[in-house]
Amino acid sequence: MSVLKVRGLTLGYNRTDAVKGIDLDVAEGAVVSLIGANGAGKTTTLRGLSGLLKARAGSVLFQGAEMAGQPAYKITRAGVIQVPEGRQVFANMTIEENLRMGAYLVQDKAEIARRRVGVLERFPRLGERLQQLAGLLSGGEQQMLAIGRALMADPKLLLLDEPSMGLAPLFIEEIFAIIRALKVEGRTILLVEQNAQAALEVSDHAYVLESGRIKLQGPATEIASNPEVIAAYLGAA
Amino acid sequence: MFAQILQQLPQQLLNGLVLGSTYALFALGFTLMFGVLGVINLTYGFYFTTAAFLALYGSKLLALPIWLALPGAALLAGLIAVLLDAILLTPLRRKKAPELSSLMVTLGATLLLYSLMTATFGTEIRRLPPAIISHAAIMLGGVRMNLSQILIVVTTVLIVAALLAVIRFTRFGLSMRSMAENGEAAELMGVNTDAVVRLVSFISGALGGTAGVLIGLNFNAIQPYMGETMMLKGFAVIIIGGLGDIKGALIAGLVIGVLEVLTAGFISSDIKDAVGFILLVATLWFRPVGLFGRAPAKRA
Ligand SMILES: Nc1ncnc2c1ncn2[C@@H]1O[C@H](COP(=O)(O)OP(=O)(O)OP(=O)(O)O)[C@@H](O)[C@H]1O
Ligand SMILES: [Mg+2]
Repeated sequence: MSVLKVRGLTLGYNRTDAVKGIDLDVAEGAVVSLIGANGAGKTTTLRGLSGLLKARAGSVLFQGAEMAGQPAYKITRAGVIQVPEGRQVFANMTIEENLRMGAYLVQDKAEIARRRVGVLERFPRLGERLQQLAGLLSGGEQQMLAIGRALMADPKLLLLDEPSMGLAPLFIEEIFAIIRALKVEGRTILLVEQNAQAALEVSDHAYVLESGRIKLQGPATEIASNPEVIAAYLGAA
Repeated sequence: MFAQILQQLPQQLLNGLVLGSTYALFALGFTLMFGVLGVINLTYGFYFTTAAFLALYGSKLLALPIWLALPGAALLAGLIAVLLDAILLTPLRRKKAPELSSLMVTLGATLLLYSLMTATFGTEIRRLPPAIISHAAIMLGGVRMNLSQILIVVTTVLIVAALLAVIRFTRFGLSMRSMAENGEAAELMGVNTDAVVRLVSFISGALGGTAGVLIGLNFNAIQPYMGETMMLKGFAVIIIGGLGDIKGALIAGLVIGVLEVLTAGFISSDIKDAVGFILLVATLWFRPVGLFGRAPAKRA
């Protein structure tokens, strides 16, 4: 069953539409990837889903409820949690405070503590320096923190925007290992990536976005063996 | 000569503390607004003026007692701040307009508001009816003070303590700090940023208003442009203290107040108003982020 059902979603800036009426489904417990070239509209799509950008047309049903037109904080409250492009950790807050912000909507102290333990088990590196300012972490560590912060919200749908961007190969592997682990635990994830190869490997289903339109979609294995996709996104560049 | 200075010092320090308290209160609201909302809102000085006039008319025309007129005026100034923010700045925020446009809009609004005030009330300088509070001297270890001075210092201490506690220990404090850093990320965490904007506008306006009514209580200073004069001081205080830094604004406000009074007392009252700006320039030379401000934590 689809937890997320997007129909005819149109988003844009000023006078131009950057995303032009896309349809997209994410099944419960699935990892779905959205791949495409620079400027295809991937980030725009995620910002539309999380409410940072208002939909110009179309519908975004999350667990049957309409999210289009809702402010971002209400979409967060519904359980759709975005890890934004460029991580956007709170640079002048400590790691501890960043994690606390992730659970901003949670009132129950015991529940916050429980989630914190889970996040620190997953990211021991964060636990070693809880009092350090997030802005001083390396890019890879900041990405871990951004994901850890999102997990503090116990997402029903996790939106990841290029988590591997700008990271060293070792960190990229670690990020994809984390995504695989989250999938095994049953998390539902919509993953935006330029690293198409790695994204398709962890995904069940994939969409290819080109100039704001869905060009192709299907099971990830099928997309990965599609000659057009191989030529455009997977071939030796 | 030296003995005389030493003898006067405690008295001057107290007077400086009283003046500095009003600077600190005023600067707190200004720095909070800038820090959390990310705009330099030039209408801020108007809340200071407005509250002083509200307290004046509340106590004169309605014969309100001091404990009603002063807090009431400050809270009303807070409400006006919310209203002005909604009219002037919320539309710009929606459009993600560049920072310069909010500066321009608030500058225009400020000029308009002050002209309206002047047209209505004239430029005559007034003060709150003296009968509103006892001005009898209270002697304490050779230092002379009165009830209004005590009220100013005590109010400042209480408000600052409450503000720091709210920022440090409450969820609302967390939402303000996260917005100060990154509004979009705060929204993604579930912060209702529109609500925080309103609440911060209210608190800031009320802080400016509190400074206004307290000044009106102790000094002969109520006139439409009193807020403008204060804004200049406010700028000096928040830049010296570090933009957006609460503790910095508090300390810088007190320091400037004390230095001004000492300058007036021992050197010349003509250059008293220059003190803050000399300190400002000196600070910017040696520490461009302000005395207490810290450079943002970012790795190159
Ligand atoms: N804030 C903005 N204002 C105006 N146009 C924008 C803005 N952000 C993105 N665009 C435009 O919208 C289109 C889609 O951009 P988007 O950021 O969604 O692409 P993307 O697929 O995420 O690219 P990348 O892989 O480089 O992150 C581009 O043409 C871009 O120039
Ligand atoms: Mg992008």
